[in-house]
Amino acid sequence: MRASRSYRLVRGVVLAGLTAFALFPLYTMVLASITPSIQVQLGFAWLPTDLTLTPYIEMWHTIDLLRFLVNSTLVSLATTVLSVVVGLLASYAIVRHRFVGKGTVLHAVMITQTFPGVLFLLPLFILYVSIARATGLTLVGSYAGLVLTYLSFSLPFTIWLLVGYLASVSRDTEEAAMTDGCGRLEAFLRISLRMALPGVLAVAVFTFISAWSEVLFASVLSNEQTRTLPIGFQLFKNGHGTVQWNQLMAASLTISVPVVVVFLWLQRYFVRGLTSGSDR
Amino acid sequence: MAPAIVLIVLVQAIPMIAAVAMSVLRLNQFTIRDWLHAPFVGPDNYAVVLGSWNVISQALLRSFAITLGYTAVIVVASCILGMLAAVFLADEMRGRRFLGSIFMLAFALPSFCAAILWTFMFQPHGAVNTVLGENLGLIPRDTFWFAGDKAFWSMCINTLWRTWPFAFLMLLPAVQGIPHELTEAARVDGASRWREFRSITLPSVSRITLLVALIISFWTFNDFTTPFIMFSTAAPDSADVLSLVIYRISFVNLNFGLGSALSLLMVSFLIGFSILYIRLLRVDIGGLDG
Repeated sequence: MRASRSYRLVRGVVLAGLTAFALFPLYTMVLASITPSIQVQLGFAWLPTDLTLTPYIEMWHTIDLLRFLVNSTLVSLATTVLSVVVGLLASYAIVRHRFVGKGTVLHAVMITQTFPGVLFLLPLFILYVSIARATGLTLVGSYAGLVLTYLSFSLPFTIWLLVGYLASVSRDTEEAAMTDGCGRLEAFLRISLRMALPGVLAVAVFTFISAWSEVLFASVLSNEQTRTLPIGFQLFKNGHGTVQWNQLMAASLTISVPVVVVFLWLQRYFVRGLTSGSDR
Repeated sequence: MAPAIVLIVLVQAIPMIAAVAMSVLRLNQFTIRDWLHAPFVGPDNYAVVLGSWNVISQALLRSFAITLGYTAVIVVASCILGMLAAVFLADEMRGRRFLGSIFMLAFALPSFCAAILWTFMFQPHGAVNTVLGENLGLIPRDTFWFAGDKAFWSMCINTLWRTWPFAFLMLLPAVQGIPHELTEAARVDGASRWREFRSITLPSVSRITLLVALIISFWTFNDFTTPFIMFSTAAPDSADVLSLVIYRISFVNLNFGLGSALSLLMVSFLIGFSILYIRLLRVDIGGLDG
């Protein structure tokens, strides 16, 4: 049955408006990244008069972009790998075993997700300082400190999602494999993990993006050597307060494209994990 | 398996216990070196906010109100835009998957990049003033977006841009999951689309919408990235949200004790609000009781 003309008109207008809202900022971003600095300072123009790729070259020299990129990659990758491995073990335990306080643990995991970052930032900062004084192990300003911090809030969320995915793999399938002579670990790896793999990938990507874009903790817990991208980007503003917008946009695009592409590829698994609550 | 769970509890619990301990100490740049021996001040840090009516508590109350306003604007606007997109893209039509991906771009972009991008667009000669001011004549073309009440709205637009796609992402499968017999029957009976939306779509997706609203409200209430990137630690009053205030008190003024007390008050409010919200609206937070 065809929709009425007025309905289709409203639909067209709304969707066009949303598309413009979604795309226009991205257009200005791409445009600025290929416009010479002098023209960007003059203001926004719908169509560029001069195009150049130099911002994509200069951005590596204006700030130590490569170092920040390496730092962010190291920290985000380490967080993701540790988070997924520990998260898998924990969520497997939660799904497959009955133990006292299971509901409480899940409740606690859910509740901590709602807390503001500053609540954790202060005590972690103080604890890291104390640990350094007591043991000489430097955590403020080190990769380890950042990774440990990111783990403390990526883990609860990872477990929350993985419990949903693993619960959807039926226990019978796994037990059938075990009676066929697989050990528990083998059954877990070959059956459960394999069936839950898309979900695990989605969780990994989400964890990576969270660490990749984290600002609050990185601003306090990193130093000149371990500074990550969001903090390093502040240096595109020079001493006089002038910002190299074209280079900043070029750098933003460069570090966004990979995560955006992977996110779009895996997003449906992400939704399934968030909404599969009824399986828990 | 048990060690993993113990680890998680520790990693969450230790900072929380430390936060409570810190909130009853006079903890500043002088006492932080040996913080376990910092002077015990009991409820003094809380008294600054709750005890008497003074300049600080007044400023904090205003900041609290601003944070609530910011959250309310983002939650309501995100749910409306997300719902519109989900309902219209649930229709059979060409290019809907492509449009859906376009809508998700802003959500997939790292949040600090989104904040940098909008800071750029809100510059005096930036894209916003050029398009809305010069091309369309809707606003003065020399509007300054980083001071006064405008700062609040520029922050809201920034956050809305990357938050509404999340509502869309969550609502689309819910709208698509409504049985076709229901909507077909309504259409055969000649019900208008608006009537169909109110009587069939909205009741079917109300539970997931309430959950989405809850998640977005946590994100926005705790948001630090957007105001920090846009205004650094010196946000104008209208955009000085709680996260930023606590950060400034702790890491600029170096009053760690007061910062801890404030963040604990913020958490108490969040917990109270969530319990009320979940109880009153019977939100399904994923069958946790099972």
